[in-house]
Amino acid sequence: MSLSPEHLIIAPILIPFFAGALMLVYDERQRRTKLIIGLIAVTAMLLSAAELLVRSKGSELTGGNDIGFYLLSDWSAPFGIVLVIDRLSAMMLVLTALLALPALIYSAAGWHRQGQHFHSMFQFLLMGLNGAFLTGDLFNLFVFFEVLLAASYGLLLHGGGQLRIRAGLHYIAVNLTGSLMFLIGVSLVYGATGTLSMAHLSTLVWGLEEQPRALLQAGAGIMAVAFLIKAGIWPLSFWLSTAYMASAAPVAAMFAIMTKVGVYVLIRLSFLVFGAAAGVSTGYGALVLITGGLATVAYGFLGVLASQSLGRMAAHLVLVSSGTVLASAGFVLEGAGTGILAGALFYLLSSTLATAALFLLIEPMSREEGGIAALLALTADAYGLDEREEQPEVGLAVPGTLAVLGLSFGVCVLALTGLPPLSGFIGKLGMLRGILAAELPVPALGWAFVALVILSGLATLIGLVRIGIQTFWATESEPPRVLALEIAPVLVLVSLLFVLTLKAEVTMRYMQQTARAIISPTIYAEGVLGAPRAADGRESSP
Amino acid sequence: MEIVLSLAIGVLAASGIWLILRPRTFQVIVGLCLLSYAVNLFIFSMGRLTMAAAPVMPRGGFVDPTAYADPVPQALVLTAIVISFATTALFLVVLIASRGVTGTDHVDGQDREP
Repeated sequence: MSLSPEHLIIAPILIPFFAGALMLVYDERQRRTKLIIGLIAVTAMLLSAAELLVRSKGSELTGGNDIGFYLLSDWSAPFGIVLVIDRLSAMMLVLTALLALPALIYSAAGWHRQGQHFHSMFQFLLMGLNGAFLTGDLFNLFVFFEVLLAASYGLLLHGGGQLRIRAGLHYIAVNLTGSLMFLIGVSLVYGATGTLSMAHLSTLVWGLEEQPRALLQAGAGIMAVAFLIKAGIWPLSFWLSTAYMASAAPVAAMFAIMTKVGVYVLIRLSFLVFGAAAGVSTGYGALVLITGGLATVAYGFLGVLASQSLGRMAAHLVLVSSGTVLASAGFVLEGAGTGILAGALFYLLSSTLATAALFLLIEPMSREEGGIAALLALTADAYGLDEREEQPEVGLAVPGTLAVLGLSFGVCVLALTGLPPLSGFIGKLGMLRGILAAELPVPALGWAFVALVILSGLATLIGLVRIGIQTFWATESEPPRVLALEIAPVLVLVSLLFVLTLKAEVTMRYMQQTARAIISPTIYAEGVLGAPRAADGRESSP
Repeated sequence: MEIVLSLAIGVLAASGIWLILRPRTFQVIVGLCLLSYAVNLFIFSMGRLTMAAAPVMPRGGFVDPTAYADPVPQALVLTAIVISFATTALFLVVLIASRGVTGTDHVDGQDREP
């Protein structure tokens, strides 16, 4: 078998899979080796994701939208499982890898020492995320969801303690129920249409008769509940803030993208199945996305105002971000033009990076006397770990701690509130411009969206500035001792925000093309169904 | 047969949902198990109900697909059973840990004041 460039598509799934499995061979004490394997794997993932991104941009010939396919076991499309890489998936892959690298570096400062198998679970989480972004098959999507959920259960409990166990119990119960809903939805869709391939589904929808159409819509609705739980839409989001707050800092930073998996799947499936070409079913569920999204933003910003700790505030900011994106996806599904979607995708990128940075900042900012050494001693005690094995490395402390912390915090605030000049502003501006230009069936909803986006920015500003004043200006204690390993990942994320701002034009153009590709699902569907098998290619050119 | 199967799924799902909403962790896990049985039966029934029909077709020639059971839901249900079994086992571990740490089997880790 020759190694053709197509095989790169499966690399983001295989790399973390093998890396995670390889780590299991090593003893729990060889954390440094595990860390190195993890770093190599994440770097390789980042490189392959970047290459896939460049490839899916395509050339002038393909209209700037080149979709890649990978037929597993060489079964042709509606019968076998297919992996699909297009602009949207490639963007999410790159975002995942960009978050994973800082989170992994941060964990090296101490967190990975506080429980078993941190690095393996981290890799399996990445495998599940990448698989969910790549797959083109509904049941395969379920399997990858379970992979990422199972890893996230372990990671959420990482570090132990009563708060984590209680939050983990709720988190697991909610997500198990969600998975069961997902299964009911998938099987209803299969019963109604006889297919599980997303592309095949999108070509079948417009020709469905009354009865199977009702079943399909019911199935899609039930399935959507599972994704909406993940995305944290308002009435289904009460588990989220406690779980995110309780999890260890590097885990919380990765969880910032877990809500985005739900958002990604909703965007992908809504436009593929109930997009413009769906006949009677066009726009199914758009109103739920809009009203649910708006309610989530409202709940999120009230939560931000009410929160007393930075952790809970950051969790509510995650809600604001996914609510905003969901609502704008709903507007576009109603037929409001691609400008909003492009803005929303840009906003998704910038807000995910900023919330992840915020989750990593929580610990250095709220560190009391004694710092990480006391923390380590405490948990080592609780776990009965052998403390002699490895003294906590007393790393390089950063000079001018308060200045560095304060400036990074300030950048996060600017990006999250959407104030110029940083990237959050550009995304929000794109969404607002799109919504004002669009002719909506219910204009009041559009105005509600505008008001909520602006108000949520204000609430974020008030909440975060309050915390900032308490931590940086109104404190009299000695500045906290922060390791270089802890601040470097934050700086990486912050500089990514700057890059996003400086390269805004290029990124925005990419997002616009992506949005245009999303709302015309026929390219995706025809491409997948017509994907050539490798065996056929060999027969024609021996 | 349709009535029997739909009754079975309905009763399992209803008792599962009732138990999930109860305050004790053990009730929740039994509820999740019952609900997953209901879902597995439901997936299975989505391949249409057939009696005494093999799911695998013979090789070559024309075969009448109506004489065979749909193999896809059977494959799906196997995967679903394995996954829900594994995640339920994981949940059981967390449940026991929670009981050990908090000393109560209430889902919130503390009994509500009467």
